[in-house]
Amino acid sequence: MSQAPLRRYITIFFNGEAYSVPHGLTIMKALEYAGFRFTRGSGCRGGFCGACPVVYRLPGDYKIRVGLACQTPVEDGMYISLIPYVPLVEYVPRREELKPDAGYVLKLYPEISRCVSCNACSKACPQGLSPMDAIQAILRGDLRKAAELTFDCIACGLCSLRCPAEIRHPAVFRLVGRIVGVYYMPRSRSVEQRVKEIESGRFNNAFAKLLSMDPGSLRKIYDEYLKTGRLPGDLEV
Amino acid sequence: MSGYPPEVRKLIQVVEDTRRDRLKAPAPRRLTLEERENLVKAWHPDYKPELKRPLRIGVSKGLVVYSVIADILESWPIVKPGDVDLTNVDYDADVLIIGSGGAGLAAAWWAVRSGLDPSRIIIATKLRLGDSNTIKYQSGTQAATGPDDNPIIHFLDTIAGAHFTNNPKLVKVLAEEAPFIIRWLEDLGVRWSRVGDDLERLPGGGATRARLHCSGDYTGLEVMRVLKDEVRSLGVQILEFHPAVELLTNPSTGGVSGAILYNLDTKEYKIARSKVVVLATGGLGRLHIAGFPTTNHYGATGDGLVLAYRVGAGLVDLDTLQYHPTGVAWPEAILGELIPEKTRSIGGQLLNVKGERFIYELEPRDVVASAIIRECVEGRGVLTPTGTCGVWLDTPLIEVLKGPGTIKREIPALYRMFMRHGIDITQEPILTYPTLHYQNGGVLIDEWTHVLRPSGEAIPGLLAAGEVTGGIHGRNRLVGNSTADIFVFGRRAGIEAAKLTRETTVIEISLKHLESFIADLKSIGVPEKRKAPILLPDYRGEAVLKRIIEL
Ligand SMILES: Cc1cc2nc3c(=O)[nH]c(=O)nc-3n(C[C@H](O)[C@H](O)[C@H](O)COP(=O)(O)OP(=O)(O)OC[C@H]3O[C@@H](n4cnc5c(N)ncnc54)[C@H](O)[C@@H]3O)c2cc1C
Ligand code: SF4
Ligand code: SF4
Ligand code: FES
Repeated sequence: MSQAPLRRYITIFFNGEAYSVPHGLTIMKALEYAGFRFTRGSGCRGGFCGACPVVYRLPGDYKIRVGLACQTPVEDGMYISLIPYVPLVEYVPRREELKPDAGYVLKLYPEISRCVSCNACSKACPQGLSPMDAIQAILRGDLRKAAELTFDCIACGLCSLRCPAEIRHPAVFRLVGRIVGVYYMPRSRSVEQRVKEIESGRFNNAFAKLLSMDPGSLRKIYDEYLKTGRLPGDLEV
Repeated sequence: MSGYPPEVRKLIQVVEDTRRDRLKAPAPRRLTLEERENLVKAWHPDYKPELKRPLRIGVSKGLVVYSVIADILESWPIVKPGDVDLTNVDYDADVLIIGSGGAGLAAAWWAVRSGLDPSRIIIATKLRLGDSNTIKYQSGTQAATGPDDNPIIHFLDTIAGAHFTNNPKLVKVLAEEAPFIIRWLEDLGVRWSRVGDDLERLPGGGATRARLHCSGDYTGLEVMRVLKDEVRSLGVQILEFHPAVELLTNPSTGGVSGAILYNLDTKEYKIARSKVVVLATGGLGRLHIAGFPTTNHYGATGDGLVLAYRVGAGLVDLDTLQYHPTGVAWPEAILGELIPEKTRSIGGQLLNVKGERFIYELEPRDVVASAIIRECVEGRGVLTPTGTCGVWLDTPLIEVLKGPGTIKREIPALYRMFMRHGIDITQEPILTYPTLHYQNGGVLIDEWTHVLRPSGEAIPGLLAAGEVTGGIHGRNRLVGNSTADIFVFGRRAGIEAAKLTRETTVIEISLKHLESFIADLKSIGVPEKRKAPILLPDYRGEAVLKRIIEL
């Protein structure tokens, strides 16, 4: 194997305290290296769940930046603060209560209409989405578009923290996604058909036969199937 | 700032220098069956006897499992009888569901649908609701819904994929009910990917029909978004950051009657008493068996195995685990995350540090994983900036072979994932190494998810579903079958739980099952500081751990 490159150490600041950590770690792993053990603020650790929002600042820069602790690499002189959760008031209506119109969404989350199109939300989004465009789509009544734009939303809440209109984006986007899923997607007939076939007992005999076989016989059938692409007569359905 | 550091860029030069010659050279030949077997036996962790040992205590004494698993099964309980006051019950429920991945949420939904009062159902979960492996799943869920397909073929593919080691009765349930699950989730509003008006069905390794149902690149995110919403809206009681640390048992029957929960914030214990317990705690990737990184979420520490074993559950196939051949080896931010098989099937070549191909890239998963491990152990691997080992996956070659734009079109999620860290995989290769992915075996169950003793007798009051269970996938699981499993059997657990609550009147709780277990622990001299369930991995730096004083 080639020679191990030397590990570079950098300094990060957490809760005002300086820690020396290896370069190249994420914020989450660097804090663990420094001795912290997460209970809150760590979930999937792969950028899928939104459990780990973080705000940070870089040296010589006054700007507050945001990201995911499990995805953002540490930088020398970084000042870090974790946000284990964003306390949004959310509504969780039952499926029967969902209504396929933007007016319903606006009624639950009226602050949507106060969007000033500042785009602060989109700049914050670690998924590179455009929450602003989604909010505007809702205002135009286009729930389908809004759902499409926010399909990859991991509900981290960072956009809401930045929003001057106090919009509760993750909650709104989840609601819109559900409405579209329940009302706007075409139902698959083939699945319906297959479920009916199974319920009518069409495969019962073949299964009974298969369950009476030992592994050796099953192997023979499968080998034959791979060669010929066909199942023995009594298993054909 | 990110991207490859200069020392690694030097190593990439070799990949670039050899690319033109590799284009012309023939592919490494496919191995014969015997060569495959020899390679796997030499290098695959499943074949390393030194990684395993027989259990020394408990109902499956003598059963050989991975030593790390044996260690957690032979650990002291976090609470001992007498440590806790069982007369003060904090939560009283009909059904206590432990874990909130796909299996746990499906169980909760179907328990409500089967007529139980939602306020009498508790989901106790380790982290937030839905923090799980399920939220991370991408490739899709297998179900024989296509006109060219049927449950019989799904059944046979699954059995053959596991080399005929699974429990056929469980596989029948899986294959027969998977289409129903797809429809159920569709009805709840899951936006499955579609082609026209029909669902899209993708091919997957070991499946002879295209039957993977996905939701773009974020299948788990979408399914869990819907299921979390459903369960919340139904009014099921949810206890987040409350992992279960021990089951409670009826002192006279040995049946399960609740659990001791642990508030991760305040460190208090809570007593939850229930007529039925559903174990849905998922897998164990975070135990980093044999030092592997993992694709799993933060809380995947095998807790369910520990809890179930102490009340007498049988275990199967815990001497085998699934290692995905191509995990991310660097950057560390995404260490262990999946690099889909497609990256290789569209032309990505695996290379050692000298820029040589060392295996035909589309051999079965265990064979490819073994070859990568061999390169590293024999000194032909590439040392990553974090000091681990990997091999190259030459992704720019894909664009040479198939034309510019292929990567963004065919593997967009991977492209984005690396771009976040400053690596453009259309220009630079990837460092890859196998990653611990899935717990093939687990707790013994029957078709209605009753947890069984090794004798085959059901433990009263205890059901289990999902990755914590064994038998469905035998010694090897096919892609997309795990999520079929968690919803099919999670649903059955919910229905069965509702039924069992109606048959249960008295609930008595105790820690009686620990008495003989503790005596056994003492008899083999297990140090008292070895405790389980593990709950969360400990990633604190060594320098800190050496000096730590716990108050
Ligand atoms: C990255 C990745 C990709 C995958 N891709 C696919 C795929 O494409 N198709 C497929 O079929 N399968 C896939 N799998 C496998 C599949 O996702 C999992 O096997 C499945 O989701 C497991 O579901 P589960 O409900 O059993 O467990 P999980 O979803 O892991 O849920 C377990 C739950 O139990 C909780 N828990 C654990 N211990 C305790 C405790 N002591 N007390 C209380 N709660 C506890 C956890 O916090 C979690 O909420 C993938 C897995 C990973 C990691
Ligand atoms: S849209 Fe908002 S909540 Fe969703 S991922 Fe982006 S920043 Fe996070
Ligand atoms: S931050 Fe708020 S106000 Fe600004 S564009 Fe986004 S949603 Fe609109
Ligand atoms: S831990 Fe899930 S997104 Fe960071």
